[in-house]
Amino acid sequence: MAALGMNADGLRRDERLERLRLFGLSSPALLLILVVLVIPVGWLFYVSFIGANGQFSLENYERMINRSSYRRIFFTTFQVSFLTTGLCILIGYPLAYFISQLPAKLANLCLITVLLPFWTSLLVRTYAWLVLLQKQGLVNSWGMSLGLWDEPIKMVHNMTGTLIGMVHIMLPFLILPVYGAMKAVDADFMKAAANLGASPRKAFWTVFFPLTTPGLFAGALMVFILCLGFFVTPAVLGGGKVIMVSMKIVSNIELFVNWGAASALGVVLLVATVAILWVASRFLNLDQIAGGGH
Amino acid sequence: MGGWFSKPATETQVTHGQRMWLYVLAVIIMVLLVAPTLIVIPMSFSDSQYLEFPPQTWSTRWYNHYFGSEEWMQATATSLKVAVLTMMVATPVGVLAAYGLHASRVPYVRAAFVLILTPMMVPLVLVAIGAFYAYVQLNLLYTITGLVLAHTMLALPLVVIVTGSALKGYDMTQEDAARSLGAPRWQAFLTVTLPQIRFAVITSALLAFLTSFDEVVIAMFISGGDNPTLTRNMFNALRDQIDPTIASISTVMILITTLAMVLAQVFGQQKPPK
Repeated sequence: MAALGMNADGLRRDERLERLRLFGLSSPALLLILVVLVIPVGWLFYVSFIGANGQFSLENYERMINRSSYRRIFFTTFQVSFLTTGLCILIGYPLAYFISQLPAKLANLCLITVLLPFWTSLLVRTYAWLVLLQKQGLVNSWGMSLGLWDEPIKMVHNMTGTLIGMVHIMLPFLILPVYGAMKAVDADFMKAAANLGASPRKAFWTVFFPLTTPGLFAGALMVFILCLGFFVTPAVLGGGKVIMVSMKIVSNIELFVNWGAASALGVVLLVATVAILWVASRFLNLDQIAGGGH
Repeated sequence: MGGWFSKPATETQVTHGQRMWLYVLAVIIMVLLVAPTLIVIPMSFSDSQYLEFPPQTWSTRWYNHYFGSEEWMQATATSLKVAVLTMMVATPVGVLAAYGLHASRVPYVRAAFVLILTPMMVPLVLVAIGAFYAYVQLNLLYTITGLVLAHTMLALPLVVIVTGSALKGYDMTQEDAARSLGAPRWQAFLTVTLPQIRFAVITSALLAFLTSFDEVVIAMFISGGDNPTLTRNMFNALRDQIDPTIASISTVMILITTLAMVLAQVFGQQKPPK
């Protein structure tokens, strides 16, 4: 009996070792993320609390509260993020609904139109809008030749251009989870609602829509978070008139070499992102967003 | 046609005619999603400075400018080299991590998974200036190695998520069977598991390639000197003025991306070796 017990202990020890060794397979990945991301960001966190005189100070954070230019940057960032998310919902939800109702073959074809921009380079798409929306661009020349407006409208290097570009880039992030949620709705529910006397509109808003809200929240959350830290599109299409936090961080480093100010902005951005994810995780299964579900 | 309009389209008996607005709206949105990118291709063959569509006179002048410029060619070579190397590093490292985390079931798995997802959660600008600082200390600034490491870090969450979800749908007892027949674990993985999660691994490799090839913000900070990437140079050119050369470069980038996707499809569809 004693020998058997020792044997069992040994087996258990072997299994523990085996599991640890398997866990060790992830160490190159973990190490890389630690060295290139976690430690440097940790250092930025530290630097954000160091003032110009090299001592501990909160001046980098006080600046954000006291200076109106900083307050405006935060306002713009949230404004762009909210507007982009809202527009994505208004445009993406109907399209996802349309595709979800098509027969499989046609639906796959339509999904390609959603996935194609997803695969195309962000910079290429931003450039495309820059070319289309400029004064001599296609949209203006077509609009004027159709008599819709008389003089070239300024559609780029401002908020309009930024929003058009951002919505175009973010739409797939909203459409894909919403489409997934819609495909999961049992068609019999709608039949039952109709059978019980609900008008089509009522059946949609009281049965179908509530069932798709988890996908809608997940997509909207993803879009909002991505918008908060977005850089390329507002930098190119905003033309210096739409200044978001990420752009201020870059100019603080590139123009002013002020690591403290840049780090503090970065920390605020990161804390805002994590806070939003944390609040959302209380209502949603976040694994779903990361794609780790099922 | 009239019959189709009055036919019910949904379970609640709404007819096709009644929701014509939805069809029109959906088609407009789909055109707006695809057209802006595709329109760049014919425009890049325009002879005009303002990139007309349709071009009044066709020419390859912007391509001549791109392919004749040593600076652009070098940047393209750097981007391709970095993207291929990122794919070759991120795929095995990410697949190993996904497999390790899936199979080990130790209590730290959850924490490790969160750590691997952090590159997706941290704003890219913060990642970029952090890497910039770290590379100054590590002497990796403006090097290919530095770019590959940073892009690998960025691609890892995608590889782990895609491969990990394939492993969740895979029956691990098949590997146990191979091992009970005497195969060591690595052999069981390579000959039994890997062929079955092949498609996810190839998709991961494609995602890693594209992540690196498209990346702008990190490259803005840590590429430069002798090794600026294509996207870095493009971004700088866009900030100054609308250079029509960018249209030809965009077309080449669309071509490379499409080629990568087609290759992934071809390799992914092949039957596993018997």
